[in-house]
Amino acid sequence: MIEITDQPIEVQSCIDAVQSERAGAVDVFIGTVRNHNKNKEVVRLEFEAFDTMAVKKMKELADEASRRWPVEKIAIVHRKGVLEIGAIAVVIAVATPHRKDAFDACRWVIDTLKEVVPIWKKEIYENGEEWLEAHP
Amino acid sequence: MELTIHLYGITRDIMGSSKKSVQLPEGARVQDLLELIRRDYPSLAELKSLLVAVNEDYAETDVVLTERDEIALIPPVSGG
Repeated sequence: MIEITDQPIEVQSCIDAVQSERAGAVDVFIGTVRNHNKNKEVVRLEFEAFDTMAVKKMKELADEASRRWPVEKIAIVHRKGVLEIGAIAVVIAVATPHRKDAFDACRWVIDTLKEVVPIWKKEIYENGEEWLEAHP
Repeated sequence: MELTIHLYGITRDIMGSSKKSVQLPEGARVQDLLELIRRDYPSLAELKSLLVAVNEDYAETDVVLTERDEIALIPPVSGG
């Protein structure tokens, strides 16, 4: 299950997607929208994606994670569009035979997603907005 | 040749549209495209990074472009 969606992400459906009888662990990362960043009050976020390339890169991350760890199944779902405070922006679920690999693979996927997948986040404040990471 | 460049995030804001057509000579490379748009939009230089995706993969600066390629500018990503 590798998707960009403009609909609310159902965490349970991500967990269901990685069910495997060979798995002894499922690690789930849920990225949510917080109400502040660098001392600024955030009103909401807007995510924009280059959908087809983002899905392609997320599939490559899933493949690479499966080479590095004994991954049974993996789900990566990222939201786009306008997100209110508390909304779920991304869910990564990884099933492996043992828990350490599930934790390690899940952390690697979210860390690498943030570096390579073409998705952009704009923070909206009471009196302004800013594309994150754009400037040094 | 005429290339269509797809724009996202802050590069769309800077260049004012989600698509731009640019004229480059046959055989032009990614580096030539970057030089052209940086000349036309100097504030692109303020970005932390600016990459070019060709057919949904990050492209090195020496990759040769053609009119058939799907080309996008990739400003610093910030998903997650």
